[in-house]
Amino acid sequence: MRYIRPLSIEDAVGQLAGSAGTSAILAGGSDLLVRMKGGFVEPDLIVDIKAIASLGEIRETADGFSIGAAVPCAVLGENAALKKAWPGVVEAAKLIGSKQVQGRCTITGNLCNASPAADSVPALVAAGARALIAGPGGKRTIAVEAVPTGPGKTSLAKGEIIEAILLDSQAPRSGDAYLRFIPRTEMDIAVVSAGVNLTIDEQGVVKAARVALGAAAPTVLLVEEAAEALIGRKLDEAALERLAKVCAGACRPIDDKRGTIEFRRKVAGVLAKRAAMTAYARAGGK
Amino acid sequence: MNFDPRYSGRSFTSVGTRPIRPDGVDKVTGRARYGADFNMAGQLVGRILRSPHAHAKIRKIDTSKAEKLPGVKAVITAKDLPDLTDGDAAMYDILDNCMARTKALYDGHAVAAVAAVDARTARQALKLIEVDYEILPHVTDVDEAMKHSAPLINDTIFTEGLEEKPVKPSNVTKRTQYGHGDVHEGFGHADFVVERSFKTEQTHQGYIEPHACVASVSSDGTADLWVCTQGHFVYRQHCAQLLGMEASKLRVTSSEIGGGFGGKTHVWAEPVALALSRKAGRPVKLVMTRDEVFRASGPTSATSIDVKIGARKDGTITAAEATLRYSCGPYAGMWAEIGAMTAFACYKLENVKTVGYEVLVNRPKTAAYRAPSAPMAAFAVESAVDELAKEIGMDPVEFRIRNAAQEGTRSSYGPVYGPIGIGPTLEAVKNHPHMKAPLGKNQGRGMACGFWFNFGGQTCTDLNIGMDGSVSLAVGTVDVGGSRASLSLVAAEELGIDYSQVKAIVADTSSLGYNDMTDGSRGTFSSSMATISAARNAIKILRERAAQMWDISVDDVAWEQGHAVAKGEKHGNLGKLSLKEIAAQSGKTGGPIAGHSELVADGAGVSFATHICDIEVDPETGSTRVLRYTVVQDAGKAVHPTYVEGQYQGGAAQGIGWALNEEYIYGKDGRLQNPGFLDYRIPVCSDLPMIDTQILEIPNPNHPYGVRGVGETSIVPPLAAIANAVSNAAGVRMTHIPMSPPRILAAIEAEREG
Repeated sequence: MRYIRPLSIEDAVGQLAGSAGTSAILAGGSDLLVRMKGGFVEPDLIVDIKAIASLGEIRETADGFSIGAAVPCAVLGENAALKKAWPGVVEAAKLIGSKQVQGRCTITGNLCNASPAADSVPALVAAGARALIAGPGGKRTIAVEAVPTGPGKTSLAKGEIIEAILLDSQAPRSGDAYLRFIPRTEMDIAVVSAGVNLTIDEQGVVKAARVALGAAAPTVLLVEEAAEALIGRKLDEAALERLAKVCAGACRPIDDKRGTIEFRRKVAGVLAKRAAMTAYARAGGK
Repeated sequence: MNFDPRYSGRSFTSVGTRPIRPDGVDKVTGRARYGADFNMAGQLVGRILRSPHAHAKIRKIDTSKAEKLPGVKAVITAKDLPDLTDGDAAMYDILDNCMARTKALYDGHAVAAVAAVDARTARQALKLIEVDYEILPHVTDVDEAMKHSAPLINDTIFTEGLEEKPVKPSNVTKRTQYGHGDVHEGFGHADFVVERSFKTEQTHQGYIEPHACVASVSSDGTADLWVCTQGHFVYRQHCAQLLGMEASKLRVTSSEIGGGFGGKTHVWAEPVALALSRKAGRPVKLVMTRDEVFRASGPTSATSIDVKIGARKDGTITAAEATLRYSCGPYAGMWAEIGAMTAFACYKLENVKTVGYEVLVNRPKTAAYRAPSAPMAAFAVESAVDELAKEIGMDPVEFRIRNAAQEGTRSSYGPVYGPIGIGPTLEAVKNHPHMKAPLGKNQGRGMACGFWFNFGGQTCTDLNIGMDGSVSLAVGTVDVGGSRASLSLVAAEELGIDYSQVKAIVADTSSLGYNDMTDGSRGTFSSSMATISAARNAIKILRERAAQMWDISVDDVAWEQGHAVAKGEKHGNLGKLSLKEIAAQSGKTGGPIAGHSELVADGAGVSFATHICDIEVDPETGSTRVLRYTVVQDAGKAVHPTYVEGQYQGGAAQGIGWALNEEYIYGKDGRLQNPGFLDYRIPVCSDLPMIDTQILEIPNPNHPYGVRGVGETSIVPPLAAIANAVSNAAGVRMTHIPMSPPRILAAIEAEREG
């Protein structure tokens, strides 16, 4: 096993592209190290990206925010502008693991681990976040929901690294929120989760919405029909019930040690409803 | 030894105070040495190969490739642990559980082990061991295992305890029955009858420290074992017997212990480590991973229980009956029997009958877990009691007070009670402000009672007085809950000196006579008795030495508040002699001063507790939140009240986890799905409210200070108290533990749909 700590993204990409065996990228390590300790993976090459200066920053750009791949989730919570613009994304990042884990883990790692239950991903998808990818062929940007392709699998090619997660500036009268269900209060994996981002007009009518569900299918689901249930309406009881019903119907969950199909369907709807209410209030809706 | 263990009604100076524990600073600074913190020069890393199958015949094990791997120093299978149990069936089961002989009986069953120069080599070696399995049908559910169609786990087992000797083998190893009176007649007098069936899933003790040991077998046949255990003397007996050694040639030293709760009263990896060391000729360190801890150690029984209770309109119970089916893992046990004994122990009953069935399943061998078997029985009984009170229209506390056992009651399991605490805990609960606090929307309150026997047993203690007047106390019961502090308080009390002058240690097996384990809530009860006895023996010598110093008769020397005092008119001019002064002269008056004690601590007083809790249920998700929790329990006499409270809180916390989320989840393939703390959900700090405690002190007549064991009873009521609270909050009776959110939501929806 070889461990390297490159100083530039180009070097990191080059090392990954040129490696022969299995490789892994190490940021916080809160997934990778646990999997290594459990004997599930034994990579031939580990590329630690924390020494690449630009990857450790949250930058405010003309369009919004660029969150470097090595920024720990705890740091997201310390960025006042980000918290104000995207409270749902930040609260999702701050739900991962525990306080100690949040000091290490990153939203990029959470995305690339490609678990359908990843906490920050539904919030990022709802927020319309994009991933800036560096690779042997140069840079490209894709929607966050296009990164995971199935449990533990991503669309990243050999040698590619996500450099940053990009979030637009939040539109006026907009709000986002994320909720997950766990049987405990922390240190747990989402049984099912929902992220909602919406924009309202001056009358409180929803103009735009994105609804994403986690742990409800092999990848995080962007439920367009759920957005349609909200758009053009105020957030009245009927709209919320319709939202819950659509979300429950959109789920393709499994029965496993964390929950049943029936439970996940019902709770997906409940969480979407509750997250929508929070997002609506954050957008200034009454 | 003319030791008088009877309660004396004395007053106390040290006992009942709350000094800092002697092991505290090392534990909070990381200096304390736990099982895995011990190392020896030249030690090897031991690893165990475990069956991935729930039930499989082992056709052949080929270890040749592993043996050839550079760095591998020993590979063992069952052949290296030959059967020396000489017809002792219980020991044979322990041996087979440590290393499968002909069949792997559960996912995680050990089949081979290696010792290598490092962990990586050991891991690689495990992969090179080829096991040829013939997979057999398996059964993991307790009710399924009882069916005639179930796969047989052991075809040599015929159910014991049946009226007619069975002709076919069965997964039910034994039927037991307890009770008195005539339940049929009793139900005839009942105006109300509640009859329900309950299930509880299997849980693990969940100790944070995995099993760990270092074994070193010397070429002269002597051996040392450093191990995390609740009972090093018992580990010595078991290991020596399994390896064919004389007990005295195996010295076992217990480490600090990061939780045991009964799970460290059984040997698992220790005989394997010794066998590896014997074969390799070098010390071997064996530390289980968390995955191994869950798959192969612990757990408690899964159960299926039917309860029927009848009562008159005035609230008097006329008859009570229960059938209890407990899983034992693949080996015979007496878990249902204990459940059958404890089920109705809180009540004064004219007609009571309990029947227990011990059931084999393809799961790990059931191990003791804090008041083993009692919490599940209490869950079923106390749920039915609550429901019955509701049907009669009585307050659940009043209903229990009316039927509570008292001094002179013949218990449901046989013996007649002495002075007991069930009535007083119920009265305390009735008057507790918690019972009167308002409840909000979707909130419910529940309460329940619990019983545990408590044990005494063999105990041996040494008390040595140094020439500087300090006292070292060597005990043989492992300190799992602060007993070194408590026993130091007892020694200080009896000698009349300050707590700071006493230092207690847990001695190894070569330094003291045999001690039973720290189980059955016996640690402080029995070792304090032995400490009092040892101190009294030392005082006798101290008085003799003072008499010698004064040149008077020992009959004229009394021991008062840490001093020898000369009695009688003619000695009126003699000043007092302190323990320190007598100790300083000991070299000239006959040598070192010590007190020794060996005894069987009889008369461990039975223990009762009543718990109250408030729960909020989210009716849309089935999520629960414990809002408030109160434990009321009889301690006899709380030697160190802080550690008594700690036991009350710890038992409640474990019970809350068991009640709400903890469970072994098996797949259809018979494999454990959640062998880790991520998906085996014990409560984290933020899941729990501060647990309030109230200590009652109803003295145990069979202990000089009135002490009763306190460690286990606190886990008995929580399953039932929480089930009653959830049922009240959700408006539907919960009958399946754990009451995880999916189960609660399903119950709410089923109730809604009628």
